[in-house]
Amino acid sequence: MFPRPQILDPQGKAISEALARVGYDEVRSVRAGKTFDIEIEAADRAAAETRLAEVCDKLLANTIVEDFSFELEESS
Amino acid sequence: MKCGVVVFPGSNCDHDVHHVLDKVLGQEVRYLWHQSDSVEDCELVVVPGGFSYGDYLRAGSMAALSPIMPAVSGLAARGGLVLGICNGFQILLESGLLPGAMRRNRDLRFISKDVHLRVERNDLPFTCGYEVGQVLRMPVAHAEGNYVDTEASLDRLEEAGQVAFRYCGEDGSVGADTNPNGSMRAIAGVCNKDGNVCALMPHPERCAEDLLGNTDGLALFAGALGLSREPVAAGAGA
Repeated sequence: MFPRPQILDPQGKAISEALARVGYDEVRSVRAGKTFDIEIEAADRAAAETRLAEVCDKLLANTIVEDFSFELEESS
Repeated sequence: MKCGVVVFPGSNCDHDVHHVLDKVLGQEVRYLWHQSDSVEDCELVVVPGGFSYGDYLRAGSMAALSPIMPAVSGLAARGGLVLGICNGFQILLESGLLPGAMRRNRDLRFISKDVHLRVERNDLPFTCGYEVGQVLRMPVAHAEGNYVDTEASLDRLEEAGQVAFRYCGEDGSVGADTNPNGSMRAIAGVCNKDGNVCALMPHPERCAEDLLGNTDGLALFAGALGLSREPVAAGAGA
């Protein structure tokens, strides 16, 4: 989950300023987001994608201010 | 009026609201547990401040999915009165009852201080006790009160007259220096299109009694209850 590009991200801005202060002034910008590790049971990959997108949309991200993306890894 | 105050795990302004409605304004008030799926026969429901579910994920996001919320939405759809205060505002945003979203305060700090608010309209149940342009002093106490939405949505919000309160200076002027948290367009409180759902970040329940040295918040409750502007039983709870 990441703040959408047009949304001010005060946390990311503070981190980026802190990095510049300690010498990493080549850092152009920082966006602060959240990552979740989720185990989900599904019949197949497509079904897992559908349900995960719902999970992100319904609870994990507030799509007014955040965008979400996910990667799927299959486990046995 | 029959009033309900929703209680989530982590609510901490529920008793303050209950006190104002019961002891200061003489209403019939009950607590509504978040696991309940009914607001019973309440005509006014307050979603109070606090840290529901410890602000996990995003402030208000978990509470918005609790069993009581469909009942609160049902009350709103029937024209009943719903008021959100602070975390209650965040919950009403997350549940979709009101438009917009909250981000961390501009300066990333928890803000606990008195601010000034300008009343933008007084034809709403929750603002009819005030004059348009009246400047109120109320305490805020939040870390995520930075109201945001897309510019297009904010334009629609303004056109529909859904901005109820704006942060301002003591003289009512609106500017970056009087905006405590960076809220877009200095928005401190909004309502739905019908005006029966309203929410604000400042705490009217913390300034609704003479004993507290500030009664600017009292007319918000009194107005919604259809009471006169004068405190009905000022100091009754003291």
